[in-house]
Amino acid sequence: MSIIILFVGLLALIAGWWLARQRLAAKPWLEEGALGEFPGTEATALPAVKVGLGVFLAVVGALFALFLSAYSMRMGLEDWRSIPTPGLLWPNTGMLIMSSIALQWAKVSADRDDADVTKVCLVAGGVFAAGFLIGQLLVWRQLNASGYFLAANPANAFFYLITGLHGLHMLGGLVALERTIEKAWRGGATDQVRLSVDLCAMYWHFLLLIWLILFSLLTGWADQFVEICRQLLT
Amino acid sequence: MVDVPLGPAGLVPPAEVEDVELYHPHSWVTKYVFSQDAKVIAIQYSATALAVGLIALVLSWLMRLQLGFPGVFSFIDANAYYQFITMHGMMMVVYVLTALFLGGFGNYLIPLMVGARDMVFPYANMLSFWLYLLAVLVLVASFFAPGGPTGAGWTLYPPQAITSGTPGGQDWGIILMLVSLMIFIIGFTMGGLNYVVTVLQGRARGMTLMRMPLTVWGIFTASVMALLAFPALFVGAVMMLFDRVLGTSFFMPAMVEMGQQTDRNGGSPLLFQHLFWFFGHPEVYIVALPAFGIVSDLISTHARRNVFGYRMMVWAILAIGGLSFIVWAHHMYVSGMNPYFGFFFATTTLIIAVPTAIKVYNWVLTLWRGDIHLTVPMLFALAFIVTFLNGGLTGLFLGNVVVDVPLSDTMFVVAHFHMVMGVAPILVIFGAIYHWYPKVTGRMLNDTLGKLHFWVTFLGAYAIFFPMHYLGLIGMPRRYHDVADFAFIPASAHTLNAFITVVALIVGAVQLVFLFNLIWSLRHGREAGGNPWRATTLEWQTPTTPPPHGNWGNETPVVYRWAYDYSVPGAKEDFLPQNHPPIAPATAGAAP
Repeated sequence: MSIIILFVGLLALIAGWWLARQRLAAKPWLEEGALGEFPGTEATALPAVKVGLGVFLAVVGALFALFLSAYSMRMGLEDWRSIPTPGLLWPNTGMLIMSSIALQWAKVSADRDDADVTKVCLVAGGVFAAGFLIGQLLVWRQLNASGYFLAANPANAFFYLITGLHGLHMLGGLVALERTIEKAWRGGATDQVRLSVDLCAMYWHFLLLIWLILFSLLTGWADQFVEICRQLLT
Repeated sequence: MVDVPLGPAGLVPPAEVEDVELYHPHSWVTKYVFSQDAKVIAIQYSATALAVGLIALVLSWLMRLQLGFPGVFSFIDANAYYQFITMHGMMMVVYVLTALFLGGFGNYLIPLMVGARDMVFPYANMLSFWLYLLAVLVLVASFFAPGGPTGAGWTLYPPQAITSGTPGGQDWGIILMLVSLMIFIIGFTMGGLNYVVTVLQGRARGMTLMRMPLTVWGIFTASVMALLAFPALFVGAVMMLFDRVLGTSFFMPAMVEMGQQTDRNGGSPLLFQHLFWFFGHPEVYIVALPAFGIVSDLISTHARRNVFGYRMMVWAILAIGGLSFIVWAHHMYVSGMNPYFGFFFATTTLIIAVPTAIKVYNWVLTLWRGDIHLTVPMLFALAFIVTFLNGGLTGLFLGNVVVDVPLSDTMFVVAHFHMVMGVAPILVIFGAIYHWYPKVTGRMLNDTLGKLHFWVTFLGAYAIFFPMHYLGLIGMPRRYHDVADFAFIPASAHTLNAFITVVALIVGAVQLVFLFNLIWSLRHGREAGGNPWRATTLEWQTPTTPPPHGNWGNETPVVYRWAYDYSVPGAKEDFLPQNHPPIAPATAGAAP
């Protein structure tokens, strides 16, 4: 459980930093008066959806941190047989990185009001992401074909479960991306397109980060880190 | 989107917000069924939760009949008994208390109390309710599934939860339970995002965090906790579903079932317990923090006195919220984990008593020399303080490893958690309903029926749960289907059990009075007016009661003061609403 504790600790630090700027030591019973006398205590200038996405990513982060906690605890038991790293994961990771880069590009060009480049980048991001998902399905088929069935070993089960969950989140992102592309194509208000592109890029970078962490764990590079976490708990 | 000026200090909402942002319903269906108005959603949530509560109440009657009069009711066999306790527990904790406090009161009160027109994501908010309803339907469907609902106990511990000896273990029961929980969690996440972001981004002008009523603080913190804690239950549910349906061995150890070696191996039941209680302990405070907040407001309003130590109350809420994530394993002292863990978790458990005790002191000091009106909401609030204190004190017993080990799985534990997270929050829910019903409907609830409801419920709850402490101390175990023929359970315990059962039937029946009151007062209650309790918080200052979609008419309120300006010296009335402009120029600039 130490991975989730680390994650919650990180969130607590962020929350603490934010709360520290909210005049929590104020004496509200002495403070009559209107707006403007207490700068910095109003809502932030960020759009509500962006704050909402930030909170949602914290929830998604907690979900994956919990799966990884379970993974690291289950790994220590003796029936665990790690699976070999499927080589296809490398090009898949490349696809996902390309997808993230494309969306970042889209964001930059949307900020510059360059509608054409934005559209191209959005579509490219979508294609790369779809390529990643197809690649992940191929990895599943390869593993299944070489006898690494879901129920045969907890290592296999975790691999299918965690990559599947990541893929589902990617799929949800693709739905949002598709709607953004539609919006950009119809040439809707630039403000709204810019915001949607921004949110997509943020979500994509987050899922890329999660994937890189998952990849390093599932291929065994982070075993030492997991070992340290486990020893904290036993 | 409304064009708002952005300054370096942040978002400053304009004085007149046009109503364009809200989706306005055009038909009866979009107004009352698929509504995006937080207040309608709140009522939908509350009504559904109360209906589930009624089912869970009947289940508790059935299990009490078996405990009080073992062997008399032949239809309650062991399987049925376990199904009753499981469904009673899960329904009450997740589908009633969480849904009522966050989905019900959160939806109704957050936008009104912070001066917003609605939640920030109304569509997601609507989906949240419909997913909740779907989760409830899936759960209730398990009563009609082959094999009936799961009887694994509300903690659903593997391996027994998914083996053939447990009712529902190899049938549909456990599957429906897990699926229902997953739907609930997805639905809750949609609602939770709303509650959190509305508090962060939707506050009216002048509503700084430290001017928010404690109710909002409690619900806000509880929502943040729930957003982070429910994923643990989700992970546990997904993995157990895999174990049950796909034959994996996440939790399932190598074992012999019905004389046959199963093809599982090496799974860890302890892993599930960690995941479950990583959700399960914060869940206690997810229920308790909104109750803390609401009680602070009820006491302050009905004692006409500002909350004592407002800052300390806020800090305590935050401290409890943080600490509750590092105490989970105190539910697992007897699970065979490392003994040093027990030491660590006992320490954190006792530390969490400090902010909680601060809150209790502050409530008492708020009452001290207050102008106490013994209205029905106030009675419930006072009863909560006493009950929470009682339950909290037995928590100190159970938080210590050496005391917990002999008391584990006895009725003492049942008494403890029913006092602290069953009776106490339910008392607050009742108090809150009596308090805010006039805002929701425009009419008061009947006072006489309210007092009858209060006294029977309050005294009855004590008659039920106090003796259970004693039963636990003499060693009567929980979760035994038939306790009639055990040498170590004396005859007096059986008499006591019969007594408890009779009281439980009466207390259950008196809830029908409450239900009648809710329905009868809709038409026949006394007209309430906009602010019957003469309270300061914004929800009582709406131009019309009940507030329409959009809450505030053309102009959203401006907040000039904190939420507890009762009996201010020099003021004309004994309360100053939060949107009341500064009264004396001399004090207006008193900010440091």
